[in-house]
Amino acid sequence: MIYHELIVVGGGLAGLRAAVEAKKAGVDVAIISQVWPGRSHSGAAQGGVNAALANHPESADDTWEKHAFDTVKGSDYLADQDAVAQMTKDAIPIIYEMEHWGCPFSRFEDGRIAQRPFGGAGYPRTCYGADKTGHYMLHTMVEKAYEAGVAMYVEWFVGRLIVDEGVCRGVVAYDMISGGWTAFGAEAVIMATGGAGRTYGNSTNAIISTGFGMAMAYHTGVPLKDLEFVQFHPTGLLTTNILMTEGARGEGGYLLNDLGERFMERYAPKAMELAPRDITSRSIQTEITEGRGIGGKGYVHLDLRHLGAQKIQEKLPGIRDLAIHFEGVDPIEEPIPIVPSQHYSMGGIDTDMDGATVLPGFFAAGECACVSVHGANRLGGNSLLETVVFGRRAGAAAAAYVKALEEKFDSSTAARRAIAEVEERIDRLADNAVDGEDPYAIRLEMTTTMKEHFGVFRDAATMRVGLDTMYELKERVARAGLRCTVGVFNLDMIRTVELEGMIDVALGIAAGALNRTESRGSHSRTDHPDRDDTNWLKHTLAFYQPEGPRLEMKPVALGMFEPQERTY
Amino acid sequence: MPEARFRVKRYDPEAPVMIGARYDEFTVPYESSLTVLEGLFYIQEHLDGSLAFRYCCRAAVCGSCAMYINGTYRLACQTNVRHLHGDAITVEPMPHIPLVKDLVSDMTDFFAKYEAIKPYLMRNSKTPDAEIPQSEADRKKLDMPIDCIMCGCCYSSCPSVWGEGSYLGPAALLKAYRFEVDSRDEAGKTRLPSFDNERGIYRCHTITNCVEACPKELNPTEAIQWLKGATVRRRLLGRAK
Repeated sequence: MIYHELIVVGGGLAGLRAAVEAKKAGVDVAIISQVWPGRSHSGAAQGGVNAALANHPESADDTWEKHAFDTVKGSDYLADQDAVAQMTKDAIPIIYEMEHWGCPFSRFEDGRIAQRPFGGAGYPRTCYGADKTGHYMLHTMVEKAYEAGVAMYVEWFVGRLIVDEGVCRGVVAYDMISGGWTAFGAEAVIMATGGAGRTYGNSTNAIISTGFGMAMAYHTGVPLKDLEFVQFHPTGLLTTNILMTEGARGEGGYLLNDLGERFMERYAPKAMELAPRDITSRSIQTEITEGRGIGGKGYVHLDLRHLGAQKIQEKLPGIRDLAIHFEGVDPIEEPIPIVPSQHYSMGGIDTDMDGATVLPGFFAAGECACVSVHGANRLGGNSLLETVVFGRRAGAAAAAYVKALEEKFDSSTAARRAIAEVEERIDRLADNAVDGEDPYAIRLEMTTTMKEHFGVFRDAATMRVGLDTMYELKERVARAGLRCTVGVFNLDMIRTVELEGMIDVALGIAAGALNRTESRGSHSRTDHPDRDDTNWLKHTLAFYQPEGPRLEMKPVALGMFEPQERTY
Repeated sequence: MPEARFRVKRYDPEAPVMIGARYDEFTVPYESSLTVLEGLFYIQEHLDGSLAFRYCCRAAVCGSCAMYINGTYRLACQTNVRHLHGDAITVEPMPHIPLVKDLVSDMTDFFAKYEAIKPYLMRNSKTPDAEIPQSEADRKKLDMPIDCIMCGCCYSSCPSVWGEGSYLGPAALLKAYRFEVDSRDEAGKTRLPSFDNERGIYRCHTITNCVEACPKELNPTEAIQWLKGATVRRRLLGRAK
């Protein structure tokens, strides 16, 4: 058994930031990551990170309170306002800290960090590094973790948590390079494994964004919160759903339909293309449904041509490359065909502001967690911010928890039991190798069902059919067959094991969506088109049960801003 | 429905003895578009579950899926089979790097060398309450090196790495350049010993394979020459720039 006082699962921005903070506090911390941390999905973030630095000429009177208001309004009032206040306040020093650590933000002429307008924001407050902000922040954070001396187990796949007498005591992980499962004992664990985008067939997310980290927590009895709130980014590339940053519209890009109209005028006359993502995605979907997609087909155009070659090359070089390589379109010459695409899980592991959960010794941060600061719809530029703000807080809280422990228990029995359980599960899957279900057929059905039945617009009839399919898939996945049981870099095993977790998370999304009979933020029901604050201004909690999720409700923390009608 | 024929180089560390290289052939059907990475997933899901390869972002930003495809360094996710010539697509791991399995290279040394050049901003001055100012012109100097995705293509392509295994290689030195050239960095001579030595900058003989191999079109050779000049200036004049 390997031992560290604190284990962080996931090496993206949240996990790295948590580990650096714990290390600074003098705790023996290790990161376990399925990929080299610099390859994590945080690196795919493009447009920027919000902080009321007031560097932009038009944002001289910006404040964290205004950032908080925009965030709460953007969330359709479902965000917990105390958590939002904390995040927007912390944003300013934490972005300066990222800069001090070397993050190469773009600059204004006066040498200060550059900021651009973003969706749903009253001021230009999105700090950026060209259109590769996530990549720059992630590499800076990996380098900071190297400097701090954080231990890293790279290319280890975590398969389950070790829970001993109601306390989280470590994880069981598969060493992809050497093969074999090993127990990691720990006094505390922080989950930072990212979102569940790949439960959908039309996601912008990295292939490793499976939601499996959420599933591991869920299976131990920790509730998942607000899963039904799934963000669809307005501008994914047509053929691959690869992200085209909101920064493209922040820099002045237009959305055009088949008639060449800037159709956002009909839906958000003031904000136009910079309406929040839920509204913009619905507007695009409506244009498509009403036959005004390009050539009557299922997409619209993101047009950057009027920005000119120089601005595109300087401010948006990354998405230009992506459009050329993956869609065969040079945005300097042609409009980009785009379609709303699954992008972000607002929901996740139910935590408090310190990343703590109901399970002692178990914390979570980043997209796999739900504090909640995004409520029913996240604003662009707030996800990178959440990773560093709450990564840091979770790291500090977990370190304090570890240091406060009076004695350290021997969990080797529980660890042996956890390994035996993982191995039994692998054996069970291997027994089905010949006549079991094909896990890849199940995966495809799951991603198709989620895309078609729990998309931008939802209604009870469509969702009921989808939910039935998901229940059927849950039964089938128990009989999934595993063809390769041993050896190094065993993708068949990893992908089959993670599929069971993905289905449970997807089922939670589906059940929550059908249950919530209102429209709020990203959850838009044609059969319940209005927001219903009387009955639904509350969070959903999903508790795992073998037969399907049990749902409970939890109040929203209000206090700063009264819920109002949301117009842009 | 069009089909693509894949010839994939295999390596199984647990196989008893391997004589010569083994290539397996697979036929992958597709609708209108297929990347090499999508083809590998098709093979792993439908034809041979034991196939091993790295993947993550599938959008050319994470650097996981660098491979040798039809004799050229490429990111599998960014390579569409329509743009490849010949009747079969030959997929091999990056050459000159030890293997873990199939297309998965052992990147341990590669990352150890990255860490060895002290890849972080070093400061002596008092940290300001706000950002450390940086002019647009100074920031522009970082544009090239910060786009590195650590995929390893340059490292695999460099004959100096093949000849001397301890050579830091183009990616680590590009990272050293990224910090040395940063107007905010105050490392002085602190970082210098990590690359001003027999395993560092002097082993670059400007062969420029790295420039050709880089899927992000970066120029590690140029960066290393700058480091050579800066090192001499630091030694003689006490400053790099």
